[in-house]
Amino acid sequence: MKLAKLLTSAAVAAGLFAGPAAAEDMRIALVVKALGIGFFEAAAKGAEEAASELGDVEIIYTGPTDTTAEGQIEVINALIAQQVDAIAVSANDTDALVPTLKKAMQRGITVISWDSGVAEDGRQAHLNPSSNALIGNMIVKLAADELPEGGDVAVLSATTTSTNQNIWIEEMTKVLPNYPGINVVGTVYGDDLADKSYREAQGLMQSYPDLDAIIAPTSVGIVAAAQAVVDAGKVGQVNVTGLGLPSEMAGAIESGASKSFAIWNPIDLGYSATMMAYHLAKGDVEAAPGAEIEIGRMGSVTLDETGSAAMADPFVYDETNIDEFKSIF
Amino acid sequence: MSFVKSREAILLAAIVLLLGLIATRFPAFITPHNLASVYSDTTPLMILALGQMVVILTRCIDLSVAANLALTGMVCAMINVAAPDLPVGLTILIALTMGAALGAINGLLVWKLAIPPIVVTLGTMTIFRGVIFLLSDGQWINAHEMSASFTGFPRQVILGVTVMGWIGLAVALLMALLMARTALGRSFFAVGGNPHAAVYTGLNVGRAQFLAFVISGALAGLAGYLWIARYAVAYVDIAGGFELEVVAACVIGGISIAGGVGSVLGTVLGAMFLGIVKNALPVVDISPFWQLAISGAAILIAVAFNARAGRSKGRVILKSAEHAQ
Repeated sequence: MKLAKLLTSAAVAAGLFAGPAAAEDMRIALVVKALGIGFFEAAAKGAEEAASELGDVEIIYTGPTDTTAEGQIEVINALIAQQVDAIAVSANDTDALVPTLKKAMQRGITVISWDSGVAEDGRQAHLNPSSNALIGNMIVKLAADELPEGGDVAVLSATTTSTNQNIWIEEMTKVLPNYPGINVVGTVYGDDLADKSYREAQGLMQSYPDLDAIIAPTSVGIVAAAQAVVDAGKVGQVNVTGLGLPSEMAGAIESGASKSFAIWNPIDLGYSATMMAYHLAKGDVEAAPGAEIEIGRMGSVTLDETGSAAMADPFVYDETNIDEFKSIF
Repeated sequence: MSFVKSREAILLAAIVLLLGLIATRFPAFITPHNLASVYSDTTPLMILALGQMVVILTRCIDLSVAANLALTGMVCAMINVAAPDLPVGLTILIALTMGAALGAINGLLVWKLAIPPIVVTLGTMTIFRGVIFLLSDGQWINAHEMSASFTGFPRQVILGVTVMGWIGLAVALLMALLMARTALGRSFFAVGGNPHAAVYTGLNVGRAQFLAFVISGALAGLAGYLWIARYAVAYVDIAGGFELEVVAACVIGGISIAGGVGSVLGTVLGAMFLGIVKNALPVVDISPFWQLAISGAAILIAVAFNARAGRSKGRVILKSAEHAQ
């Protein structure tokens, strides 16, 4: 009697679950470096946007409370136990997560990394927020857009040996012929120190009195250069642009020292990572070099030989959207 | 000794020569307006060097000044964010007090536990940076979060020079008065020149060293507020490596690392020399790859000049015998 009742309720329960199972929501876990970081909260917002666009996706936004690989491993183990369909992770450590993520893939879970990647055997694909070529193009484009007549621009970099900045400047130099009239007069190095960057920016304005823009592809340099322009009373004359964070650059946009700058948009990044995980988990596309994956409103990305893809141009921040983003990251 | 032959005179001549050299490559550098701005820019270095001078005079060294500056600056910025309407005068008072307290930690460890100053201050340097990280969580405090009066005060221009520059001048004058006209100031020289003799004359060597660290700390705290307000940004790595520039300014200024020898004017000129080099390098169009080497060479040359100028000739005690040879 009791057994029968139990069986019935089990059957009913099974029936209840079976109903939606035909069109069961795909569960995509967005694992971030740590909870409570504005950048990742914004990425989660983007993931939710992708989910509502796709319709049959449920986002599990999770992560450890501090930025440790151990914390992420625990979180991922819990997700494996819950048998989620896909895991998209921004890793605290390139290698430490690999064994756990391998286990997840063995259980048939689709694993991708985004923002901060994991080693190749730990994931099927990786989504970079942008690429060196796109960044190199964007920083000169930002300066050129404000200078329709052309003009003199100078670069304020980090140290002479900073790999990222050197590659970006190299990529920028490559595309320079596409911006006729833009004349790069020099590159100086602020060593990512606020005071040295400030002094170098001051020096640029003295050495090149006709300078129209300073491009600083480093978050310390761009803030220091903007301050130097304000102090020199050259707002409106010298435009500071490059790569920076909205929270740090809000003052410079407000004062007018910087008309616009760029950095990845976390909302777009969360959105694209979700789209990518969805299509891979669905089997729409195989994660292999050369594979093209649709990422909704962001277009599509192509995986390179390491299984990595670049999402898009860095996102441009200016006075129209700075207030929205300055509290995010 | 006549002024013409003194270290200070040689250093002053070196500075004039340096300015002349720079002017041949970039004439606008020596306009009064630019020189005033170079002076303002050098003020934090000068203030820190004056504090460091006192410490070095007592045969100690303070490597934690830059970290002290960064920590005090961060705290000032955080207080400003929490209470934007706090008068600037009070902020400066907080900066001085907090800097002095941090310096007192160094001083107590050196005095009471007799740990070598270089070890103590290396330790506190790291601790101070760590504390900034704990306080700020690694986050920056940015220009738009600070109040206009907080960032504006050191920038106000009075008679062509910024308030920051005037504060530097006031500190230099006060230090000159302290070193020349007070028992405390003279005791720093005595303790560093010959600690044993100092003890026999009734001076407490440890106490003098403690007070030297407190003075250095207080000045670092003051410079902390000025720095944060000037560059309008506060984060963990502010003024990273600056302690070495401060020591370099002292050495160029003729402060003997062995203690007991040095002057306020020399320190001020030493800081100015370094400040001019730092400000000139970006405008004289020299490859950035050469800049570090050039600024290092400038320091060595200046020190070599000083060492030559300071070398004692040896005393001839038997004049008649010398002539007889």
